[in-house]
Amino acid sequence: MEPLSAPPPIRRLDPQDPTPAQEAGAQATNFVAAKRSIAAPQFSIRRMEVDKVSIHYGAKEAVKGVSLPIRQGEVLSLIGPSGCGKTTLLRSLNRLTELTSAAKLTGSIRLDDVDIRLIEPTLLRRRVTMVFQQPNPFPMSVFDNIAYVLREQGSRRMKKKVLEPQVHSALARAGLFEEVKDNLKHPALKLSGGQQQRLCIARALAAEPEVLLLDEPCSALDPQSTAVIEDLIVKLRDDVAVVIVTHNLQQAYRIADHVAFMYLGDLVEYNSATRLFNTPAQQRTREYVSGAFG
Amino acid sequence: MESSVATPPPPPAPPEGKTPTKAVEGSATWSFFDRLGLAFCWFLGLLFCAIAAAIVIYLLVQGIKFLKPSMLVTPASAGYTQGESGGFSDAFIGTIILGTMAISLALPIGVAIAVWLVEYGRPKALARLTELTIEAIAGIPSIVLALFGTVIFSSVALGFLSRSTEGVVFGRSFFAASSMLALEALPLVVASTREGLNAIPRHVREASYAVGKTKAATTQRILLPTCRPQIATGGMLGLGRIIGDTAIILVLLGATQNFAPVEGAPFPLNYLRGAGTSLTNFVYEASPTGNLNQPQKAYAAAFVLLLMVLALNAATDLVHRRARKVGTWSH
Repeated sequence: MEPLSAPPPIRRLDPQDPTPAQEAGAQATNFVAAKRSIAAPQFSIRRMEVDKVSIHYGAKEAVKGVSLPIRQGEVLSLIGPSGCGKTTLLRSLNRLTELTSAAKLTGSIRLDDVDIRLIEPTLLRRRVTMVFQQPNPFPMSVFDNIAYVLREQGSRRMKKKVLEPQVHSALARAGLFEEVKDNLKHPALKLSGGQQQRLCIARALAAEPEVLLLDEPCSALDPQSTAVIEDLIVKLRDDVAVVIVTHNLQQAYRIADHVAFMYLGDLVEYNSATRLFNTPAQQRTREYVSGAFG
Repeated sequence: MESSVATPPPPPAPPEGKTPTKAVEGSATWSFFDRLGLAFCWFLGLLFCAIAAAIVIYLLVQGIKFLKPSMLVTPASAGYTQGESGGFSDAFIGTIILGTMAISLALPIGVAIAVWLVEYGRPKALARLTELTIEAIAGIPSIVLALFGTVIFSSVALGFLSRSTEGVVFGRSFFAASSMLALEALPLVVASTREGLNAIPRHVREASYAVGKTKAATTQRILLPTCRPQIATGGMLGLGRIIGDTAIILVLLGATQNFAPVEGAPFPLNYLRGAGTSLTNFVYEASPTGNLNQPQKAYAAAFVLLLMVLALNAATDLVHRRARKVGTWSH
């Protein structure tokens, strides 16, 4: 475990009082999260490479020349205020941006050293799957939600018996199997919010992806479900490269190995989570993680 | 500074002998016009319930009084008294044929149009044009559609769809009538299906794309099954229009009292190419203003028509109830 650097904060009522960081004259922030639930990575393999990527919507530049590595074995968290381009960047990693808008991408994103623009989109999206902010299981049974991913496009072929082991293992990887194993025919939309979101993670894992993208997966959930999902994300990092967009700085601190702070389309700072939150290199980062703006 | 926090007034003491269990907002505090409006809403709601109940009960009583099961299996025949003139089996079967043919045209085409409009809809101008066309069709009176239908189906090229002798095309047949009836049902199917598709959050589609599914697979396996209830509603409304229409039957089906199959054509084409009748037409003819003037049978036939519509409603309700069991997304 990496050591915690700061003591529990004292709520300051008078804004004129200097913060401990200011008192020390140091570069440190007073950012403190409850705990980091994450140990140092055991290994890391570079899966994706974001290389000088800019994304334009017409005249508006949503992402400006961002370069980032995405590695299996660690959790990468994208943080930043609303409209900073983090979701746009995430959605361009599996070319989901192409479906809804006329976004124009320059620079290159490579998956295992192949430019993703050369990979057929449906194939790419099976290798780089995504979980969304709102739990969105399909309106069918728990089993069918996973089976849908395993089957060929719109086909109904492949009997349930054949798919059963794969469905079970996907559910088990998302930590949901024990809870639903007795009733896989249960309508997925009647599960609790946290279970629904884990089903969505199971669904994303069923495609056996190399990279898992999570777009604020806990923002619609209660604290308990959030904790379950955070543990799950940390467990998954050895099998898939995990990229998570979050508004919740404490969450990023708890589960991320590396954090990228974006502001107005720029990548301001990319650093290890402990360093970015405790001794950020950039003034903007320091202001953001200490809550000066959001 | 004085105590700036206003203490809330103590709750009024409950009246003697009565302990209130729940505080409810009453309309007593409303303005006069608001209360008048509320009363008007209640009045109208109850009025329409009463009107609907009156129609159903009146037809129920009359129908049960006059309807004999034999009427459903006996074709109409010429006769001076109501006892001699037979039943309305041809009209009953005619309505079923028309309903089946027309809705099996309208439903797939309507759903396809709705899917294209909502999921594709490019180029924008073409989508807008399609919308306008659908709205225009919805607004055209059925008698005008019928008239237009005679022009189309009397053309020589479409002679195989109706009776034709020596190059003269009669232009009236089950094919002709049900095509035009389908056109009448189409806007309802399109509107209802679009509503269903639009109600599905965008992120649900994206969830399917994000595991590598194509648009076609998503539409087929996620979107259409999800809006099954709305498609059923559209189909039901469409079927209601189809079996309730009279103008198109009069003009495009020949409005005979019996089937008039085309000789020499193989079954069932001989019937479908021939003229016929429907329950609505029978009711019209049997009513006091019609040629047959046998109001008791008009009531009986109207009752059967009503039962068919009620059965459709019940079936749609079943689809909706099933869908509720599956649940929906929180927005």
